[in-house]
Parts: sequence; structure tokens; C-alpha cells
Amino acid sequence: MLRLDCLRAIYSELGKCLVVTIMGATAAELHSLGHRANFFYLQHAMGLASSTGLGLALSLPSQKIVVFDGDGSLLMNLGSLSTMARYRPGNLLHVVFDNESLLSVGGFPTATSTGTDLEGIARASGIPRALTVRTVEDFKTAVKGALDGDQLTTIVAKVEATGPSGYVTDLSLVENRFQFRRHIQSLKRA
Amino acid sequence: MPVSLTSSQVIFDALKKCDVRLLSALPETWLVHLIRMADDDPETILVRLAKEEEGVGISAGAHFAGVKSAMLMQNHGFLASINGIVSFAHLYKIPLLMLISYRGTFGERDPWQTQGGNVTESLLRAMAIPYSFLDKVQTVEKRVRQAQTLAESSLQPVALLLTRDLMWEE
Repeated sequence: MLRLDCLRAIYSELGKCLVVTIMGATAAELHSLGHRANFFYLQHAMGLASSTGLGLALSLPSQKIVVFDGDGSLLMNLGSLSTMARYRPGNLLHVVFDNESLLSVGGFPTATSTGTDLEGIARASGIPRALTVRTVEDFKTAVKGALDGDQLTTIVAKVEATGPSGYVTDLSLVENRFQFRRHIQSLKRA
Repeated sequence: MPVSLTSSQVIFDALKKCDVRLLSALPETWLVHLIRMADDDPETILVRLAKEEEGVGISAGAHFAGVKSAMLMQNHGFLASINGIVSFAHLYKIPLLMLISYRGTFGERDPWQTQGGNVTESLLRAMAIPYSFLDKVQTVEKRVRQAQTLAESSLQPVALLLTRDLMWEE
């Protein structure tokens, strides 16, 4: 399963959500499908995408928040699972693309390649709904189910360790950040 | 416990007056009253963290959402947050109001706190983070307001160091 195919399969669902991605391949691939003002790409600060999603979810309880995390990023901030589980906002969907690799920084294998089970860690941390998917169809069903439901969900999507040839886009980091905030403020006025 | 209840209340009230609605916190002795006040206040969202660096992401999310926030942590929590501060708050121009208990300075009895005290201010200066002190009850409200004003206008982290003189009664 390719991460790009997963993103393409649910791209149309993302219009109504606020989306936070991790750095590197995940950001570049979502951007390649068509940037939107409701997408924020956290191009550094590994581990903090899920925390950012939690801050958004707690601050905007009536807004659906989607985080596209990765195994390398989540392993840097496993405590985030316990913090998310503690407050379990039902408007937060936490997707982890697990390619068992630190792909964007050289392709070194992460601990999920030697048996660490992120779905298991999520469940044991208290995330109310945690599941692993291995096909695009299952991924799409899981994402739709989580967005239609009201339970904090972690979806671990097992994907291949491949990505685009480059990660730099024509969207500056700061421009993205101001556009994202302005978009949210426009939603609140609407 | 000789942590000052009065000073804690003055700090909490000052944050409320600045419209801070979300507080992230990791418990430490000097912060216990403040955290309890946040927990008891129905208007305040308290996020208890596993590690302080999470608070950078949570405050960024709150900022995007238009909610004012503050981070409560010990200076060792600031040390643990440095990558998040540089590679998120500085990189993306995120205002952070950081209230940092300044352990390991004059009067410190706990040997394990003393190294953090040595490096806190030099690290803040190295990171070009504006900082000031909360050291007298009379000036707390004004300093908190000024710190938040600067964080919001400059879109960057600003630190307030909570001192022993303010927080500890002995």
C-alpha cells in the first residue's frame, strides 16, 4: 500500500476538516494532490503534529481535526498518545503512516520494523479506538468511519517506504501557517 | 506546603485577565496550586502533559484556533522543550507564553535542581527569547500582561521566570 494512494482515496473527505501533517514525504504528497488553506504541514519539530492536533481539537470542539503522523515522528513523542487518550477529543482523528522507516531523513529502519506495535501502544495508552489497516479500501473505510463517528481514533496504516524525490514545495512555511490560521478564523466568523 | 497560595492566585488571576483559556502543564512543586486552580476553573482548559515539549504543539494548535494559551513548567521542562521551541515556535512564528519555575538558584536546597538553574538564563539569551521575572506580588499582573502582549505582537516565545521570592514561603 502506498501512502499517496491512501491520501488520494480520502482527499475529498478532507475539505471539511483541519489537517496537520508531519514533515517530508507525507507533507509533499498531500501537497502534490492539491494544497488547501485547511492543510498545515509541520516541516520540523518531529513528534509535535499530534500535539498540535490535540491543541486544535480541544480549542475547536465542533471542528473535525485530522493528523497525518508517521512511525518515526510518533516514536519520538509516544507520550502524546497518553495525553490524547487522557482528554480523548471525539473530533480528533490520528492517522499514523507506518512505513517502518525514517524515510525522509535517509531511510533508516524504525523500531516498528523490529516488532514495535503502534496500534497496541495506542490502545494500551487508552485511545478509545485503534486499528491497523493494510489496504487502501480498508484505509478509506476506517477514515470515513472515524470522521462520521465521535470517538478519538488512531489508524495505523502500513505503507511502503517510498515517497517523492524531493520534499520542498513552493509554499513557504510561514505563509502556510498564516493562511491556515486565517482560514480557521474565517470558519469561526461564518 | 510552603508554596505560596497567594502568589499562585495572583498569577492565575493575571492569566485569566489576559484571556488565557488553555493551560498546558507538567506538575512540579512550585506549580501545584496554579495547576489545581486551572483544574477547578470551568472556563480554563487544562492539558496535563507527559512531557513539556508537547505543550509547544498544543499552544500552536490553540493559537491557530484563536485561543490564547500559556505553558506552565519547571526550567528543566524548558530544557526538554528546546527543539520544539526552535523548530516549531521560532520556525513558524508561534507566540508562546511560557511560565517557568526558576529552580536551582539562590536558596535552592535540592541538589538535583542546581544544574538547571545554572543554565536557564544563558539558554534563554542564546535562543533570543525575551524574558523577565515574576518576583513580587505587586508586579505580577502587569508583567504577565506585558509578556503576553509581546508574545502576540512579536509572534514568538516569551518567558516569565517564577522566582523563589514569589513562590516559596519560609
